[in-house]
Amino acid sequence: MIVLLIYIVIFIVAFVVVRLITQRMTAIHDFTSLKTVTFGDESTVRPNRWASIISVASVFLIWGAFTGSHWTPVHVPGPFVGDTEFTYLLEAPDGSRDEATVFVRVFNVGEKADAMEVDPGDGFAKNDSATVLAWRSKLVPMDKNDEVTRKDGAKVVEVDGQPIEPGGTVDVADGRVVMTGKGTLNFSPDSGLQMEPVWLPPPEAVVKRLVEISKDGYQNFTLWEHLGWSLYRVILGFFLGAIVGIPLGYAMGLSDWFRGWFDPIVEFMRPVPPLALIPLVIIWAGIGETGKIILLFLASLWIMTIAARAGVSGVQITKVHAAYSLGASKWQLMRYVIMPNSLPEIFTGARVAMGVCWGTVVAAELVAAEKGAGMMIMVASRFQLTDIVLMGIILIGVIGYGIDIAMRKCEDVLVPWKGKG
Amino acid sequence: MSTLSIDNVSMRFDIPDGSHIQALKDITLELKTGELMSVLGPSGCGKSTLLNIIAGFMAPTEGKLTLNNVPITKPGAERGMVFQQGALFDWMSVRENVSFGPRMGGQSPSEYDENVDHLLDVVGLQDFKSKAVYELSGGMQQRVALARCLANKPDVILMDEPLGALDALTREKMQSLVLKLWKETGKTIVLITHSVEEALLLGERLLVMAPRPGRIHKEYRLPFADMGVGADLREIKKHPDYAPTREEILSMIWNMEEEIMGRTEGEKS
Repeated sequence: MIVLLIYIVIFIVAFVVVRLITQRMTAIHDFTSLKTVTFGDESTVRPNRWASIISVASVFLIWGAFTGSHWTPVHVPGPFVGDTEFTYLLEAPDGSRDEATVFVRVFNVGEKADAMEVDPGDGFAKNDSATVLAWRSKLVPMDKNDEVTRKDGAKVVEVDGQPIEPGGTVDVADGRVVMTGKGTLNFSPDSGLQMEPVWLPPPEAVVKRLVEISKDGYQNFTLWEHLGWSLYRVILGFFLGAIVGIPLGYAMGLSDWFRGWFDPIVEFMRPVPPLALIPLVIIWAGIGETGKIILLFLASLWIMTIAARAGVSGVQITKVHAAYSLGASKWQLMRYVIMPNSLPEIFTGARVAMGVCWGTVVAAELVAAEKGAGMMIMVASRFQLTDIVLMGIILIGVIGYGIDIAMRKCEDVLVPWKGKG
Repeated sequence: MSTLSIDNVSMRFDIPDGSHIQALKDITLELKTGELMSVLGPSGCGKSTLLNIIAGFMAPTEGKLTLNNVPITKPGAERGMVFQQGALFDWMSVRENVSFGPRMGGQSPSEYDENVDHLLDVVGLQDFKSKAVYELSGGMQQRVALARCLANKPDVILMDEPLGALDALTREKMQSLVLKLWKETGKTIVLITHSVEEALLLGERLLVMAPRPGRIHKEYRLPFADMGVGADLREIKKHPDYAPTREEILSMIWNMEEEIMGRTEGEKS
């Protein structure tokens, strides 16, 4: 909730500040910037580069601020770490009372802490000492060393001068004391607003992991092998799907028998999410490479078939007529008119298919695999290695984005006439 | 002497509600080599259907067509076609479009290069030959379509409203170009148009068709096309016979349109 509010505040403040600055220095006077009607004219909406930069920066800023990162200058309050104390008032069965102090040492994850040596003090209640990990809580068996214990009928009636009874809570310096149903005190130090590394490690921990794993590997394979295998499966599966799907789509676009025969199959298989096929593919082909490739083949097959079919249907009849009138044979029509004319559609299909395949391969590796990006984060999550999980997710995102950009570049080079005919 | 002969051609097809449409009825026509014929008529008179039948995209239900005594049954390189929207191949350059026909015919570059370059000169696109066709304006694209058709050396050129999508100025320039090419190449040309002026200027013979069923209503033989070769077309329009002929044809087509409207309104009430 707080994170969302902070995010909205950053969004608005950045907007106002950037607007003020850029208004002072508007140098661009191109055609679009001279339009007065901008609200509602989609062509004037160009992504504001400042907004993009600040957007990415603020994600890291918030991430760092809430994880106590060394990279960010500001942090939200962290958990309490250090020594603190609170007092309790013990009442003996005979009604006599005595106060004692509990000294608590709160230490960080990954550190070691020894309990403090404390002077037991006077009276029948003796001083105690305890250690507790930040973000955790600890039962303090405060009366263990006392002369009158709970077994004898003694009970704690006050903590830090405030009355307490079983189930009650008292706020003390740097934490909270809860009395359990049996009368024991449970101390939880202030957790602050920062996230525990187990839930969300700071960005530098993720980078450190990345360096470490790219050097040493993880689960018997190097990082590049994990990512490479995922990528290899996607490309091989997509390639096989395209090799079968494109001719099938052409056949469906050119022959009524093929269209009638395969329409029900394609239309039925198309809405089945490839993820739903994972269990069946595992039953049939196991968790090895064959299963993965079959799954990705099926994921891309229908998309490529439909794209090729749409590409053939999209040929203007006058172009076909023109080609025949110029003396083209059926084969020449196929080679010089239908195939190039369907390329834009096929490229669109290929982009979709690559995206779906990348998602499917990660999911399939999450279910079962010996290597791969999905397997890496799945295994890491079992050991609560959140930094590896995060690193994996980021790498998966980067590669998916990279695939899409590469496909778009290919499209620009190979089908420059797209959308212009 | 190569002739295109159309003998008693009728076209009738069924429509889903069980009735049928008589698109063409008993069309008989003969075109000699080098004749330029424009076809005019209200929408629905079957002029496009007639052109498609000559091109071989459709088979007539009755009658027969021959070109040089060879029956027409399917599209062929001897009948070139120019479409309203160019129908150019976007994935090829201007020059590749123009040389498409010869290449499909299996000619080697040395055989067609000279002719293709000559045609690019004639239509004024030599400087644009390596451009992609989608980079050209509408008028330029139409010139590419003309050159592409001519490069294949057809006996007959069929034009389906080739200038319909152009603006008035470009259109006039293109009309002069068509006349010039007609005279230079001596091709037989059948040109379908919606514009009476265009039909007058580009029709050595002018065919007016009537709808329901599509049939030949009247045929003219006009001097304007011959006069227009190499001349200013606006001067031709000042010819004393021009305006009266135009008015006569206009009112003829106007009456046909009125008749159709009246009939459909009568059907409705």
